[in-house]
Amino acid sequence: MQQDTESSGRISRDEVAHVARLARLKIDEDELDTYTKQLSAVLDYAAQVAAIDTAGVVPTSHPIPLINVAREDTPSSPIDREEVLYMAPDTEAGMFKVPRIMEDSP
Amino acid sequence: MTVRRGFTTTGWAATLAAMIRNGEVSAREVSSRYLDAITELNPSLNAFTTTTVESALEQAEQVDRLVARGEDPGPLCGIPVAVKDNLCTRGIPTTCSSRMLDGWCPPYSATVVEALRQAGAVILGKTNMDEFAMGSSTETSVYGVTHNPYNLERVPGGSSGGSAAAVASGMAVVALGSDTGGSIRQPASLCGVVGMKPTYGTVSRFGLIAFASSLDQVGPFGRSVQDVALAYSVIAGYDSMDSTSLKVSFDGHSRFLQLDDSNISTRGVGNTLKGRLDGERASSAVAVAGRTTGTVQVGSRDLGIYTDEVLNAPVDGIRVGILKEISDSIAPDVHRRVMEAAEALATLGARVDEVSIPELSYALPAYYLIAPAEASSNLARYDGIRYGLRVEDEDVVSMMSATRSSGFGSEVKRRIMLGTYALSAGYYDAYYGQAQRVRTVLIEAFLRAYNDFDVLIGATAPTTAFGLGEKIGDPLTMYMSDVCTIPSNLAGHPSISVPYGTGDDGLPVGVQVLAPALGEPVMFSVAATLERVAPELQPPKLYHDGSLYYKNAYLQEADR
Repeated sequence: MQQDTESSGRISRDEVAHVARLARLKIDEDELDTYTKQLSAVLDYAAQVAAIDTAGVVPTSHPIPLINVAREDTPSSPIDREEVLYMAPDTEAGMFKVPRIMEDSP
Repeated sequence: MTVRRGFTTTGWAATLAAMIRNGEVSAREVSSRYLDAITELNPSLNAFTTTTVESALEQAEQVDRLVARGEDPGPLCGIPVAVKDNLCTRGIPTTCSSRMLDGWCPPYSATVVEALRQAGAVILGKTNMDEFAMGSSTETSVYGVTHNPYNLERVPGGSSGGSAAAVASGMAVVALGSDTGGSIRQPASLCGVVGMKPTYGTVSRFGLIAFASSLDQVGPFGRSVQDVALAYSVIAGYDSMDSTSLKVSFDGHSRFLQLDDSNISTRGVGNTLKGRLDGERASSAVAVAGRTTGTVQVGSRDLGIYTDEVLNAPVDGIRVGILKEISDSIAPDVHRRVMEAAEALATLGARVDEVSIPELSYALPAYYLIAPAEASSNLARYDGIRYGLRVEDEDVVSMMSATRSSGFGSEVKRRIMLGTYALSAGYYDAYYGQAQRVRTVLIEAFLRAYNDFDVLIGATAPTTAFGLGEKIGDPLTMYMSDVCTIPSNLAGHPSISVPYGTGDDGLPVGVQVLAPALGEPVMFSVAATLERVAPELQPPKLYHDGSLYYKNAYLQEADR
């Protein structure tokens, strides 16, 4: 396995906390230490990809190079609204209901 | 058809379907026996998380009604099947074995589920899995671990461990799983059954809950290569609801499926299908007819790839490469079985040689950047608004964070964070971008190898089934379980695991046959040959002998 040239782990505790915030995950202090250690180990391993010379290599985002995939524009009946809303956590007037997204106006 | 006595009976599902079609046994009786098997064995194995007794018996009776009217219910006539719990089943819980989706019933069914029903199959229930298919042991399920039928203290493999254990123990004849990095083939290997990952795009992903979209593919488990080929014939085919779906057909005798290429770009690097496009072209796509939303209707599919001509095709002259890099990282007892399999093929006239693809050693590190990156994006949809769990909090952002922290287990969180990091500003090119370029390098290395070889073989998993709890504490060690299977996912190529004897501990070993894109026919030919020459595998300790009733009937049939 390739050695990490940095003395500390590949990802810092602060970076893990930042990434968790970006991903909308609440991580407590104890978990943060565990995840930092585990993610550093995985990233150390994954960083082996850096050793390969890929100059001029086109990245593969997908195994099949499909282009311009479109369906016929044929009207059909959508999934029943009631059936979709039935499993939603909260609904009102035939719509999904979310907690408030802004402060009360003054 | 060559008949082998013993556990890996060739032609199991097709024969049982024929018996039901001919009225020798009713679909209801067959399904009842399999439901009895679930009642008896599932408390010990925990392979099923949901059973659908009522709808299964209704489906079986419908099959019997069609038979009574002289109609053919389809190629899987009355066959009891199990479905991994990340495939949507309308009105039936579909949970990904996650607290996030506990109790969620989708408003539509996956195309593959509809295809099974249209083919006459009877769905017995949903099977346990690693949470959101992230794992190699079925230990990260919120519903508890699934046990290996051969040894209850061992894992069944994962993530489709429930489907593998269900087929191995005789609780289902065929099962569906999904394979993103080995999640069908590795559990098939550990449970002593056949499991296959199809060419990317040949099976619809519509209704498969996404993990890593450029790698995910649905595929079948069975007790024989023919059963797997039969189930693949039913689920393969074009679906307008999946923009990555390919139009494929099979002429009955070529080594490759035929492709209608109207949607395929022949430009661009990493085009794994380029070789095929210059070859035969067939316009006869396996079309999907009469789809309506809500209750999805798919046309009756049958690729017809489970025929004697494919499964009994001689391997004489077939060029088989033994993958050196995969051999280097596996246990000696597993390696011995791979070499025995290679020798057996050579004895039958195959041209067997070792092949080195050094680029394969970069597949696992590249995968653990690409798959988490795609997962972090796909799993962003679990926000507590439209479906699944919601944990209330004061505003919408804290509600989302509370929901996701409570709904996801630690392995899922680990991969979401890993992927978010690999995609974040400043690291994107070094991690995700470089991994995608390595993916191209790997695909090109495969294509070079396939200039000299028709198929490649190697181990499916580095070891036989490992102990429950043995690897769950160390993510990186667990990830190594997929070192042999991941390359096929990155390339989009088909691959199959076939049982080949046991390891030193007496547990099953799987040998993997890899083929280039659309090489399912030649892959099945070699796999069926290996199955015929493999050492006989005893049924597991936990095995429902209700199904032996049919096997004995089948063998009597074959003796006539």
